[in-house]
Amino acid sequence: MSEDKRKSKMVEEQDDGKEQDNGKVKESRRDFLKKMGVAAAATVAAPAVTAATAEAVSLGETFQSHFELMSDAQKEKAVARLEKRYTEQFGKQTTVANTPAPDGVLFGYALNISKCIGCRRCVEACVRENNQSRDPAIQWIRVLKMEKGNHTFELENLDKGSPDSNALGDYGIQSGGHADKHVGLSGSAEHYYEPEQVPEDDAIYFPVQCQQCEDPACVKACPVRATFRDPNGIVVIDYNWCIGCRMCQLACPYWARRFNWGEPVLPNEDMNPKTHYFGNRPRMRGVMEKCTFCLQRVREGRYPACVEACPVGARKFGNLLDPESEVRKVLATKKVFRFKEAYNTDPKFFYYMD
Amino acid sequence: MTMKKQIASASQKPIAFARDFFSYAIKGGNLYYGWLLFLSFFVLVGLYTAFVQMTTGLIVTGATDQIVWELFISNFIFTAHIAAAAVLVVIPAYIYKRKDMKDLAVLGEIIALTFVTIGLNFIMFHMGRPERSWHTFPGLGIFNFPNSMLTYDIIVLNVYLGINALAVSYLLYMRYIGKPMNTKLYTPLIYVAVAWGPLIHIVTAFILSSNAAISMWHTAVLPFAFLSMAGASGSALIIIFFLLIRKFSKMDIADSVIDFFSQVMAWSLGIIILVFAAEFFNELYPATHHAASLEFMMHGHQGLDAYVPWFWATMALIVIPFFLLLSSKIRKSYSSLLPLVSFVVFMVILIEKPAVLVFPAFSPTPLGEYAVYHPSFIEIFNVLFIWAVGFITLTLLTKGAIGVLTGEVRDSNTVEASGGAK
Repeated sequence: MSEDKRKSKMVEEQDDGKEQDNGKVKESRRDFLKKMGVAAAATVAAPAVTAATAEAVSLGETFQSHFELMSDAQKEKAVARLEKRYTEQFGKQTTVANTPAPDGVLFGYALNISKCIGCRRCVEACVRENNQSRDPAIQWIRVLKMEKGNHTFELENLDKGSPDSNALGDYGIQSGGHADKHVGLSGSAEHYYEPEQVPEDDAIYFPVQCQQCEDPACVKACPVRATFRDPNGIVVIDYNWCIGCRMCQLACPYWARRFNWGEPVLPNEDMNPKTHYFGNRPRMRGVMEKCTFCLQRVREGRYPACVEACPVGARKFGNLLDPESEVRKVLATKKVFRFKEAYNTDPKFFYYMD
Repeated sequence: MTMKKQIASASQKPIAFARDFFSYAIKGGNLYYGWLLFLSFFVLVGLYTAFVQMTTGLIVTGATDQIVWELFISNFIFTAHIAAAAVLVVIPAYIYKRKDMKDLAVLGEIIALTFVTIGLNFIMFHMGRPERSWHTFPGLGIFNFPNSMLTYDIIVLNVYLGINALAVSYLLYMRYIGKPMNTKLYTPLIYVAVAWGPLIHIVTAFILSSNAAISMWHTAVLPFAFLSMAGASGSALIIIFFLLIRKFSKMDIADSVIDFFSQVMAWSLGIIILVFAAEFFNELYPATHHAASLEFMMHGHQGLDAYVPWFWATMALIVIPFFLLLSSKIRKSYSSLLPLVSFVVFMVILIEKPAVLVFPAFSPTPLGEYAVYHPSFIEIFNVLFIWAVGFITLTLLTKGAIGVLTGEVRDSNTVEASGGAK
C-alpha cells in the first residue's frame, strides 16, 4: 500500500449547503424551536434563485408518459422537447441522447480501498460530468474517512471493564476495558474531512456511491416505477416520471440517492451539454437522482468519469460477463468484498484490497 | 305524480339536501363563528406559505438528504391513527348493537373521512412533484404493484375515503328525506369500513417497517404500536368531540358512551406501554447497531441531544395518563379532568410522531451521520394550514350531521316526522 502513497493535492470542493446545516447542528445543542429562525431565514432567500434559473416546462413535457412506455416517435419528441428547453435555458447547444443499452453487457465496478487516497477527485469529476446542482451542492459519491488500524488498546484498560465493582459485590468483570472503543473500519467515519493534503497519515478512505444492486431495494419501493434496473444492470431514474415521494431514499442502505430539495442551480458555463435521457441531463426540483455509472458515457463504450479521474487507479470498471474485462480479473485475483452484504441487495460494486 | 315529476324531484332532492345541510352547518353562535374565524386565520397564512412551498420546493422545510421525512408525513401517520380509530364508534353500534351509539356511528365515519382527507393533503405537501400525482392513478399512470408499499397505501386510503363518504352521505340523505335505509346496501358497506380502518393503518405501518435500511422502523411491532396509538389518540379526540357536541348541541350522548371511550383510551395506553417496553428490551439488551437511534433519543450522541427531552417527556406523558385513567374518579370527571387528560393524550401521540418515531429514526444515516431536524416556519404554518382546513371540514360536517340527526334539517316535503331509525 505504501508505494501508492503519493501525496496528492486536496481537491477543493464545496459542501452541500444542506449538509453544512447538519454540520452546524453537530456543533450546537439547540432544540427544535431555537433553530427554526435559521431555517426560516434560509427560506426567504430561496425564491429569487428559482425565478432566475427555472425555464418554463412545456405542456407536452408535463403530460408525457413514462419514457420506457413511449413509442419511438414519442421518445424522439420527448428528447427534442428537452433539447430545446435545455438549449434555451443554458444558452448552449445541448444534446439529450437516447442511446440504447448495448447487448450482452452487465456493468460492474471495483474499487481498491488500499489505493484510495481520499482526494475526492472522483467526486469533482462526477459533479462536472453529471450536471449536479452546484447550489445546493449535490454529490453522488461520498468518501468516508476512517481511522486506520488499531490505536485504541491501552495497558491501563486491561483490568477495567463493566460493570464495575459495586455495593452488591464484586462479581468480576464481564466486558473488557477496550470493549467500547471502535477500531479502524468498524468505527465511526468522518464525512467532512478537510486536510491540507491527502492521504493523511493513519487514515483509510472508503468511497461510497450507488452500488447498482441486482436486487435494488429502491426499485422495489418506487410506487410509480420511475426508477428501474436497465438491461445493463444500472439502476436509472426517469426524472420526468418521478413524483418525489422519496420512498427509494428511505429504502437505500447505501445512502446513494440525492433529492432535489430546491430548484437545482447549475451555472451555464459549468453545464455539460452532452447528456443522456436517463443519465446526466439537468434535473428539476423535487425529483431524485443518483449515480448511473455515467450511463451517457458507458453506453458509448467509455469509462465513467470517476474512473478516468482517479489519480491512483483505484477505480476499475467493465463488463462482468466478459472474463477478460478488468473488473472480472479483479474479482478473480484480489481480496474482494461487497459493502453491507447483510442487506442481500447483491451489489455490482465491489471493494477490494491488494 | 307523473314520471317526469318524479325524475325532477329525484334530482332536486340531493341538491336541496346539500343546500339545507350546509346552510344549517354555517349557522351558529358567537363561539361557533369565533372558532371558524380562528381556523380561518391559519388558512389565510397557510395560503401564502403553501404558495411559497409549491413554487420553491421542499427546500423550505427542514428536510435534508440525511433526514428525509418532514413534519407533513409525520402528521400524516397521526391522521391515519385517528382515521383508523373512527371504527371504534362504528363497531359498538353495528357489531355489538349498542343502542346508545347507534346514532353516533355516522359521526365516527365523519371523523374517518375528514382525517383521511387531512392525511391525503399532508401527502400532497410531502411530495416533491405533487402535480405528478396522476402518475399513480390507475389507467393514467403506473402502479408498482405488488412491490411498492406506497401503492397499497394509495389504494387503501382512497377506498377508505370513498366508503366513508358514501356511507355518511347515504345515511344522512335518507334521514333527511325521512325514508328508511336499505340495510342490504348499507350494512355490508359498514362492515367493509370496519375492516378497512385497521387495514389502512397496518399498511401505513408497513410503509415504515418495510425499510430495512432504517433499522429503528424495521420491527414487527410497528403495526401494533400504531393500532394501540390509534386507540389512544382516537379515543381522546372522540371524547373531546362528544363532550363538545353534548354541551353545544341538542344531540344526546350518554355518559356510558364517554365511559366506553375512556376505557378504550386507558387500555390502549397500556398496550402502547407494553409494545414500547418489548421493543426497547429487544433493542437495548443486545445493544447492536439496531439500537443506535433509540440510544440517540435516550442519551444523545456526542453532544447532539435535542431529541432527549422530547423522548423522555413523551414516554412520561404516555405512562402518567394511563395510571390516571385507571381511576374512575378521573374517568367520570366529564367537565374537567377527563377532557384535560384526553387532550394531553391526543397531543402526546401527535408530537410522538415527528419527535420520536420519524426524525430520530434517520440518525445514524446508512453511512453513520447523526443530525437533528429543525422544522422551518413555512413548514409549521403549512402543517397548521392543513390542520385548520381539516378542522373546518370536521366542524361543518359534524354540525350539519347533527342537524340531520336531531331532525332540524329535513326535507320540507317529508310528511312523517323522522325518528323511525332511532
